[in-house]
Parts: sequence; structure tokens; C-alpha cells
Amino acid sequence: MNTTALLDSALDELLERVRPVLALVQSGRRGAGAGVQAGDGLVVTNLHVVGSARSVQVVLADDTTYDARVVATDPQVDLALLQIQADGHAAAVFSTVPPRPGELVYAFGHPWGNRNVLTGGVLSAVTSLRGRDGEVPVLRADVQLAPGNSGGPLLNAAGEVIGLNAMIFGGDQSVAIPSSLIRSFLAGARGVVPVPARGEGKVPEGTL
Amino acid sequence: MSNILVELSNSMAAAAEKAAASTVLVNARRRMPASGFAFAADLILTADHVIEREDGITVLLPNGTEAAATLAGRDPGSDLAVLRLEKERLTPAQAATQARIGQLVLALGRPSPEGIEVSLGVVSAMGGPVRTPHGSIDKYIRTDTTLYPGFSGGPLVDAEGQVVGLNTSGFGRGVALTIPAEYAWKVADQLARNGSVKRGYLGVRSEAVELPEAVQKELKRAQATGLLFVSVERKSPAEAGKLIVGDILVGIDGQPIPDHDALFARLNGDVVGKSIPMEVLRGGKLQTFMVEIGARP
Repeated sequence: MNTTALLDSALDELLERVRPVLALVQSGRRGAGAGVQAGDGLVVTNLHVVGSARSVQVVLADDTTYDARVVATDPQVDLALLQIQADGHAAAVFSTVPPRPGELVYAFGHPWGNRNVLTGGVLSAVTSLRGRDGEVPVLRADVQLAPGNSGGPLLNAAGEVIGLNAMIFGGDQSVAIPSSLIRSFLAGARGVVPVPARGEGKVPEGTL
Repeated sequence: MSNILVELSNSMAAAAEKAAASTVLVNARRRMPASGFAFAADLILTADHVIEREDGITVLLPNGTEAAATLAGRDPGSDLAVLRLEKERLTPAQAATQARIGQLVLALGRPSPEGIEVSLGVVSAMGGPVRTPHGSIDKYIRTDTTLYPGFSGGPLVDAEGQVVGLNTSGFGRGVALTIPAEYAWKVADQLARNGSVKRGYLGVRSEAVELPEAVQKELKRAQATGLLFVSVERKSPAEAGKLIVGDILVGIDGQPIPDHDALFARLNGDVVGKSIPMEVLRGGKLQTFMVEIGARP
């Protein structure tokens, strides 16, 4: 195989690996966004995707629809954690490697409602944006995004989640919440949400 | 997981890192910083149109320190300018030998103190010469990279981090182009030495004409056209060099001159004040005249 064919098959492999962890998040009038399965029936997405909606549905890769509860939010970093009563706990790998400008990245989501669309580019910058309560570290990438990508993963070439696509900046640059923030958000949320150990099967109701 | 995609990704990031070590932020206009890169330890190449003041220029180095720089030279015609660092020294960027259509490239900039910014693309087209708002450049490269605000003057690099050219949006009409490294380096050398680019002047009007086969035989090369002089200006370098109306210019210093673009390219080189052999056909015979090239007013 030549290099291009090898790259193609590596990309196919990446797509197969990340397809199960991508979710579609529907929340009433706000339309649809994306989300990432974090294991144990937990789905992480952007807070602006769910807003204050009472009813949120999550559609998994196998097209099953679940009612979801919002179990944790962080407005400063635009993150929300959803709980669904799903068997099988697909979970994305959230990267622990520092992102490098110039590395290949892929945005995976549902732009304009088209399911499971992968767009590619490079990581443009590791930078920060002014948030409600101060500076928020963010990643910028030159991948093409559209409404429906929000809450979806920004992946590195190994298929790990390096960020959550949160917005489109200046018309041509995507802004993603870095995985370091997602991991600490998840760790904090898991601290308050009773979560079964892996393999226990049943998911108890969490309360906040 | 390690596969070819990860390898490619790592080498792209490494290319960006390598080029970032030579890429600086250029502060020479109000509120809108631009980019530049070191082509020698103390010399920075940037775009001319981002230099809006000639005094109080500062650059932000890759290590985050701010350094004073002076304007060593500028050439609005090619939209290139050279800054000289007063004290600090940088790792010079390496020029790539040649660009190829379709090759992967990264556009780099340092538009803010937060660090390097990168966008990905391919070389879409190459061509030239092209007219610019204040002159022309011999060759250009077009890419589908995105030039974010502040990217003008920054490098376009290949997958090994070598500089393919200098990105600029200064040619107007919202079109971003890349000035090829070879050309940019040539202009930069002249700017560093002389402060400006002298363009050669001959003082003729000419018209491309076909060369009969017999003449091509005389030339000992296949060259379909030459330049027929239809007028020679008084007191011009051409006149001083004994060139006359009716001569057909076919070569300069052994290089074929089939059309105006070739002549301009030759006169844009470092030729001013030099005596250069011009091959002309006069009465069907090949003759060589030494002509001292003047400077275009």
C-alpha cells in the first residue's frame, strides 16, 4: 500500500473507534448538538446545547433514544453532564497529552443535523478566551464546524478526545474546551454523582 | 496507538515547532501586530505593508521577550521588508528548495503574545509574474490555508518545517498569496545590504517576434521567440551599449529571453550597474553587446 492508502485505512480505523462514543443531544427548542460518552451512562456536552431545557434526549450511535437528566453543569467552561439509563458503557478516551499546534485534529459531530460527520484540520493554537469569571483555556483549530458540532469531540490522530467543540470563532476557526478541563469537570461531577463501578451493570439514580 | 496517521500528525506538529522557533510577532503598526521570521540570526523578513511606522519597531521573540528592531530595508513592489535586531539573535529559518502543487503546507503566525498559530492546507497553484499594488513579483504560490489576522509576514512551511515562502494579504482584493522562498530570500539579501531593491533599466520598447528555424539553428537552441526592439530611448543604457531599433534580443548572459516576462525577471535580479552580455540578432547574424544596466527611475 502507498502512503495515501495507509493514511486512508488509518483514518477508517479512527472513525470506527470513535463512532460508538459520539451521541446526538436533543433538547426541545434548542435543536440538536453532539455529546461524548464518558462511560457509566454519562454523556458530556456543552451547556449551551442543553441550556435550561426540561427534557433532554440522547441518541446513541445505535440509534436508540434515551431520556437524559442533566446531572452537573459548569457555565464558566460551557460544560454539562447528562445521565442516561443505558446498558453498555462506551467511553471516549480523554487525552492526557499536551496538545501541540500543527498536530492533525478531527471534529466529529452532526453539522446542520447531518449525522456523524468528520472534518479535519490542524490544531491552530493553544490559547485562552475571556469567560464569565476570567480567562478560560481553549484550543483553536482550523476544522470546519457548523451548528450541530457543539458538544462533539475534537480528536487527535490517535482518536483521543483533546477537546469539546464549543463554538465557531471569526467564521473560520473552531474553539474547543480542552480535555484537561473536561477531565477535571468529570472528576468533580463523579464526586457528587453516585456512579457504579464498571461492570456492575445497573445504574442507580443519582441526585443533586 | 501508533500508526501512520499519528506519525504524520507528530511530524506536522514538529514542523510547526521548528518553524515557530524562527517566527516572531512584528509590532510596527497601531493595534494590529503581524508576523515575521528570522532568515539570518539578526535579520527578520516580514511583509512591507505591515510596517506603518519606521521608528519604534519592536518584535516579540519566540521566547516571549520583546526586542527593539530597526528597519534595514523595504520594497513595496514585492511587499517585503527586512528588520534588524539590535542585540538579540534568533535561529534562522531554512528555505525549502522547491514547492510542488498538492504538497501539504502549514501557514504560521505569531499574531499575539499567546503563542504560535497554525493553519493547514495544500499548495493550490503556482504562477507569475503577478502585478502588485506597488510593483510586481516574478513568482507566486497560492494555497488553501487560512491566513488569520496577523499572519501577514509569517512563513508558509512544508512538512519538515522548512520555509516554502512568506504569506501576505497585502496584494489587495482580499487575496492571500505566498511569495516563494527563493525570491523572498533574494530580495531580502538586497534589502539587508542596500536598504532597497534596485531594478534594472534598459530603455527599449520591444515586441515578441517569432524566430525562423534558420535563426534557431544559429542560436544552437530551440527558442521560438525573441524581443524585437521597436524603439530605443535616447541616452539610455541600451543606446550606450550600441543597441539599435530592429535588433532582436534573444538572450542575456547565455539565458534565453523569449518574452517580456523573461526580460523583466532578468532585470529584477541584481544587475544594476553591471555590464552584461546581450545576445541580439542583427541582419540575421547573432552578435553580442556588453550593456551596462541602469537603475529604473
